[in-house]
Amino acid sequence: MKFLIGLAAGALFGLGLVIAQMTDPSRIIGFLDLFGQWDPRLAFVMVGAIAVHAPFVLLLRRRGKPFLANTLRIAPESRIDGRLVLGAAIFGVGWGLGGYCPGPAVVAASRHSSAALLLLSMIAGMWLFDRVFDRRGKTSVNLIESVKVVPTTAKFCG
Amino acid sequence: MLSSAFLPPLVGGALIGLSATLLLALLGRVAGVSGIVGNVVAAPKSSQGWQIGFIAGLVATGWLLLGQGNAVSAAVSPTTLVIAGLLVGFGTRMGSGCTSGHGVCGLSRFSRRSLVATCVFMVTAMLVVFASRHLVAGGAL
Repeated sequence: MKFLIGLAAGALFGLGLVIAQMTDPSRIIGFLDLFGQWDPRLAFVMVGAIAVHAPFVLLLRRRGKPFLANTLRIAPESRIDGRLVLGAAIFGVGWGLGGYCPGPAVVAASRHSSAALLLLSMIAGMWLFDRVFDRRGKTSVNLIESVKVVPTTAKFCG
Repeated sequence: MLSSAFLPPLVGGALIGLSATLLLALLGRVAGVSGIVGNVVAAPKSSQGWQIGFIAGLVATGWLLLGQGNAVSAAVSPTTLVIAGLLVGFGTRMGSGCTSGHGVCGLSRFSRRSLVATCVFMVTAMLVVFASRHLVAGGAL
């Protein structure tokens, strides 16, 4: 059942990207090229998506829970940190270089070799971050431990 | 007046919004492509059915709707594509989201984090395109 819901959502999402022609990297680059012949169409995709989604987000938050699960798994509004900004910037550089963000890359990979190549290296990039750089798991453990150690470190610090 | 050129983007966007609504309303999940792909890549065995389904839906529509002959004029060399892909994968994991997760879903719930992330990746991407198109000699790309 959940697989089918995911499948339907993925198909709708993919259909939307294809109709909006966002699987064509030249459209993306055209949007990003403010100082060339600027193509504002990607902005209309965002506007269309947010206009439809935002009211439902509001209603669902008021309702408190989704229909077939127990909790709305919305990321908590945590602080804006260096990790968020640096990550977004790195993504932006890759997006500007290749003209593919993750959605269009997955959709177009089976048909366009450029998307397939980008998707494979994107997966490698994700893997690289998870394996080599992300020590979130360890860090959170350390944080929990450091809470206990605070009195001792506080002496050293202050 | 809304030119007909902007109708497909609006309709396509609306479908994306509908897709995000479907996932959130039924399963309470956010339609962030980088997060979904990232989770499946990081832990394939513990990935969930809806995540596999979502990726299958994306792949299937692409395969059905994009013709093989409809080859995109790759203005970008394979090397650039590989570097771009590595940065996209690494950056979206580090920044916890991409155009869909931050751009569509995050902005739809007025998240400040997502607004910052969206502005940052839009601006850096625009700077990269500006540099590659207008600063590199002759604007070869």
